[in-house]
Amino acid sequence: MANMAQAIRMALHYGEENLGVKEIFGEDVGAPLGGVFTVSQGLKKAWNSPLDERGIVGAALGLAWAGFRPVAEVQFVDYIFNTIDLLKLCGNSLWASGGKFKTPMVIMTPTGSGIHGSLYHSHSFDSIATKIHGMKVVCPSTPLDAYGLMLSAIKDDNPVLFLKPKALLRAKGVELIPGEPADEKALKDMIDAPIGDRSNWKPKWPKLEDFSIPIGQAKISREGRDATIITHGRLAPICLDVANEFAEAGHGDLEVIDLRTLIPYDWNAITTSIRKTGRVIFINEETEITNFGEHLIRRVVDEMFYELAVRPRLLAGKAVPGIGLSPNLEYASVPQKVDVENAIRELLADPA
Amino acid sequence: MSKKVHTLTPKSNDPYLRLDAQLLKRMHNIMVRGRLLEERLIKMSKGGEGFFWIGGPGEEGFNVPLGFQVKKGEGVQFDYLHLHYRSSGIALAMGAEVIDTIRQMRTTATDPYSRGRNFVNHYAVPEWNIMPVSPTIETQYSTAIGTGIAQAHTKGTDSLTIVNGGDAGTAEGDFHSCLVWANRPALPLPILMIVVNNGFGISTPAAEQHGEKNIADWAKTFDMPGKTINGNDPVESYFAIQEAMAYIRKERRPYLLEAKTSRLYGHSSSSGANRIPEPDCIKIFEEQMLKRNLIDEKEIEEVWTSNRNLIDDAYQQVKQEPYPEGDDIWYGVFAEGLDDTYPKKGGS
Repeated sequence: MANMAQAIRMALHYGEENLGVKEIFGEDVGAPLGGVFTVSQGLKKAWNSPLDERGIVGAALGLAWAGFRPVAEVQFVDYIFNTIDLLKLCGNSLWASGGKFKTPMVIMTPTGSGIHGSLYHSHSFDSIATKIHGMKVVCPSTPLDAYGLMLSAIKDDNPVLFLKPKALLRAKGVELIPGEPADEKALKDMIDAPIGDRSNWKPKWPKLEDFSIPIGQAKISREGRDATIITHGRLAPICLDVANEFAEAGHGDLEVIDLRTLIPYDWNAITTSIRKTGRVIFINEETEITNFGEHLIRRVVDEMFYELAVRPRLLAGKAVPGIGLSPNLEYASVPQKVDVENAIRELLADPA
Repeated sequence: MSKKVHTLTPKSNDPYLRLDAQLLKRMHNIMVRGRLLEERLIKMSKGGEGFFWIGGPGEEGFNVPLGFQVKKGEGVQFDYLHLHYRSSGIALAMGAEVIDTIRQMRTTATDPYSRGRNFVNHYAVPEWNIMPVSPTIETQYSTAIGTGIAQAHTKGTDSLTIVNGGDAGTAEGDFHSCLVWANRPALPLPILMIVVNNGFGISTPAAEQHGEKNIADWAKTFDMPGKTINGNDPVESYFAIQEAMAYIRKERRPYLLEAKTSRLYGHSSSSGANRIPEPDCIKIFEEQMLKRNLIDEKEIEEVWTSNRNLIDDAYQQVKQEPYPEGDDIWYGVFAEGLDDTYPKKGGS
């Protein structure tokens, strides 16, 4: 099965061949590297830009206005902060022009912790991203979702921020991407660049098919009756593992919702699940203060307070200025599997 | 200066006689229109009919000749414009109607540029490739990179990207991003980078903050053509723009043009918007044309009167037009609209 990096690469190839993507660019995005996580290896339209995030986002916006459907990469989300006013322009061009200027563009960027990246390769940007109104924000947790969400993002007439959970980029999927060869090694031989000299290398693309995960549609990763876990990105597979382990141990039947899209989020999926279980925890790795999960909790309290059996909860990152390199520091800063287990245990034990 | 820049061979030693007299009159007409429009906007701001005013009185001598030379249209085969809030002269020269700017000043629902949402002189005209003007300083130099790439990757076109801004904004990184990206050996971009140097950033004199002798000297670093001109002279401006555009259309490479102009009503309404005794490009232009019998006093008077009437009529009409309803805020958040679950209450 393809990993997420290969899945995104295949989606970008489908986009440049079939969906009008004319420019794919960013730092080290073109040959020979094809992106620091290899998501743009072998693409016809991929090229290297100067080391200039503001130029990258500004160029993407200009290209979007010209209808070139760009996909631009900011190498790590930690380096997107100096582009915030340009991201705001991406989000507000349509609104500010009274509906006249559509901005079909994708900014993709690796996000979150999990690779021992210390202060500037571990940031989450999820909550800040959700404040850039007019911009859609997606964050897949499986290769198939990454493929389908990238195709939807490319087709969308709005700017889409495509957050790639960097800890999952090398994780293999359990579902085949439409057109992907079943033999994992065959895929690798076809689309992964060789180590060393690759000046004469060309990928052999599988016959890929159109497949969209609609933006704004969450996924119920596991159905359950006792409590609802709402999560996304790196923590989605961890939450699913914990839910399965709890079920096997007879500790509870958990429903896991992988949001996949943060903006516009799937409110119907959230409310339907909470109505069923009466217990909910929002889990993400953004820091605690002014967390996107807090917004969802506030709305749950406002709109379905009397349908809650117990107080809604949030498991989030610690509100400290950075993530330390030493593993104990990182593990103390962002939720780990044991934190998910403890939080869910408490949620289930809370007397109604 | 690159050797590929062709200085136009003069047919006359007098540059005023090298341009068609009718073109000079058309330029004069739009310059006057732009000035009277800005003065009306200032009056509206001071009279409470609108809010913040910011605009370009004093820059007409450069902006109007620029607007007249744009290859106007929609899409990559035409020139793209990434303007700022002192660019009314460019828009008017391209054919923008004064009434639409007055609508934006009064924040009416009929404002075609922003639906009553943005400050005045914030144009957005997809049919003419005028990209949305933003109050942010210098970001237009970053977005210009994008349309420049689009044109550089379009075979056979001679279209170019025009970006303009002020002198103070060149301290921002976006200006330098544009210089770097436009001069990438991998893909040089057909961008006319313009800096209108009025000598101030709000209240701060450029002379205190900028050690560059001329801002156009940044071009030397990249071995790209650059020139500093007197933007208060419409004829000098016309020829400089023509020369720069001809170079870019043919060579598909960038050009940096700095135009020194006056700023006749200060920064904006926030600094009082009162007349400042600096050289006036329209007065200079009229004197030069009168001296050469290219226009007479009566014609000049008629130009001022007819444009004053045009603006008066437009103003009277806009006063009858509605403001946007509050519910209009939801229009244009997303291209396809919002579904019922989008949070719209603004809290609990």
